[in-house]
Amino acid sequence: MTTETHSTPEHGMSNAGYVRIAAILAAITGLEVATYYVDLGALFLPALLIMMAVKFIIVVSYFMHLKFDNKLFSWVFYAGLILALIVYSIFLATFHFFS
Amino acid sequence: MTSDSHTDGGAHSSTGLSNNKLGMWLFLGSECLLFGGLISTYMLYRGRVGAGPRPSQVFDIPFTSVSSFVLLMSSLTMVLAVSAAHKGDDRNTYLWVTVTALLGATFVGGQVYEFTAFYHEGMGFTTSLFSSSFFVLTGFHGVHVTVGIIMLMSIVGIMKRSKVPGSKAETVEMIGLYWHFVDVVWIIIFTLIYLIPA
Repeated sequence: MTTETHSTPEHGMSNAGYVRIAAILAAITGLEVATYYVDLGALFLPALLIMMAVKFIIVVSYFMHLKFDNKLFSWVFYAGLILALIVYSIFLATFHFFS
Repeated sequence: MTSDSHTDGGAHSSTGLSNNKLGMWLFLGSECLLFGGLISTYMLYRGRVGAGPRPSQVFDIPFTSVSSFVLLMSSLTMVLAVSAAHKGDDRNTYLWVTVTALLGATFVGGQVYEFTAFYHEGMGFTTSLFSSSFFVLTGFHGVHVTVGIIMLMSIVGIMKRSKVPGSKAETVEMIGLYWHFVDVVWIIIFTLIYLIPA
């Protein structure tokens, strides 16, 4: 058996901090859904993609603790993510998705 | 920046970090490639509806928004479970892990309802390239959520029998990482598949 780690203040945030993060995520989700009903014109797509990216980064950084953890974990995860983005951008370009 | 992960027990690599945690992050990095492939395939085929219904004809945005909100809140309860586990607070760890599993089950139930509604509206698995790629993508995600629920319920049972090998907190944290990843994948799916019209 190993010793449990008790109450490490460095490990992430306080519970109130997590609730605040969740409230921000819920608010962004509300804005995302609102774009479906409100005509934003040319801003529609960039606004949705930015909100999606912000939510992604918030969850990964705060809930998954990448912001507080060793940078090697960030490198490992973002390497996979960036590799996927490159590979599938090439894949979609090959099928003329962007044209 | 802190590197507290090496204080959480479990086997450690030459970097001083937990092998379990490093392995989980490697797994999640590889999962980006799996879901990237499924999402790209859907994006390519979403306009290929054939004789079947178009996405805008079948998608129920208010319903899916509520499901997305439920899954998002399950990330909050999961992180509260991890926090309680690190404090050695077993009672709250059980509570939040169970609440997370229930929220996950609600999401999966909503997905089953949605799939059934789509089927009754004439959108079966083989109706069109759009429907096939949609069901494969969202189905794979649903299977991931289901596996997460099984892991959550299992860890409650294992913890109650005090048979967790290694650090309890790290074990809960590993399941938490998987659960949050499933949530971030849904964040992408909800925007790209549901909110952006084909």
